[in-house]
Amino acid sequence: MNDVIEKRIELNAPVSRVWSALTDYRQFGEWFRVKLDGPFVPGEVSTGHMTYPGYEHLKWEAVVQKMEPERYFSYTWHPYGVDPKRDYSKETPTLVEFTLEKSGAGTLLVLKESGFEKVPADRRLEAFRMNEGGWTEQLKNIERYVAKAA
Amino acid sequence: MKAAGPNNSRTSSDMLQKRRRSETAQWEARAPAFAALGDQTRLALVARLSSGQPYSISQLTRGSRLSRQAITKHLRVLERAGIVRSVRTGRESRFEFDPRPLADMQDYLTRVSQQWDQALSRLKAFVEK
Repeated sequence: MNDVIEKRIELNAPVSRVWSALTDYRQFGEWFRVKLDGPFVPGEVSTGHMTYPGYEHLKWEAVVQKMEPERYFSYTWHPYGVDPKRDYSKETPTLVEFTLEKSGAGTLLVLKESGFEKVPADRRLEAFRMNEGGWTEQLKNIERYVAKAA
Repeated sequence: MKAAGPNNSRTSSDMLQKRRRSETAQWEARAPAFAALGDQTRLALVARLSSGQPYSISQLTRGSRLSRQAITKHLRVLERAGIVRSVRTGRESRFEFDPRPLADMQDYLTRVSQQWDQALSRLKAFVEK
């Protein structure tokens, strides 16, 4: 099964600009929509919280793996943010890799996320929460409705 | 949001078409599960089971206006759709929620993938401004 996500995108900006947008924690936070507590340091945990409207209750937690200036940046995390009520310590995270390459006056950015085969089925259901009208939320609504009607 | 440049338009529309096709296939694959949920009693049963804990028929019948037979019938419909499965413990059957038909791997990947599309287009706008 194809359990790797790969995206290639041409950016009309020099490699150095893209590198700082990816690895400067404040700049990363702006486009990723997360408020990070501090800079990215290889081997260290990066913490913060999502600023994506409606998901501010989700924490951001990732472990920075490698930073090779203007070429490669990677971290491991649990996709879709972190539910503060759930213990993720026994779950295998996925690996996110950004590779940069000069392309004319711009930059070719390759994003790869891998390791999904280890994500448990009930965690996959959480993905629905990130979408309006997600199933988990719907089921909770039904539960509330049923509890009231009983 | 910034419009995609001329170099990207072909690739983006291909990607979009591909994604639409794969989404349609996924919705079709899930149709039996959704059909099984098209009933208030069954939705209520699934809502109760979605906590992750298995329940016996007696537990599910308790506090319900429906008979044990009626609850059993609904559970069988959900079981055929693959949304719940029964596990035997001793002489008793317990039912538990199985989220897989609603959230299979391919669907999950599509959603994570869409998140990246959105994040990367925000990155593009951010570095090109």
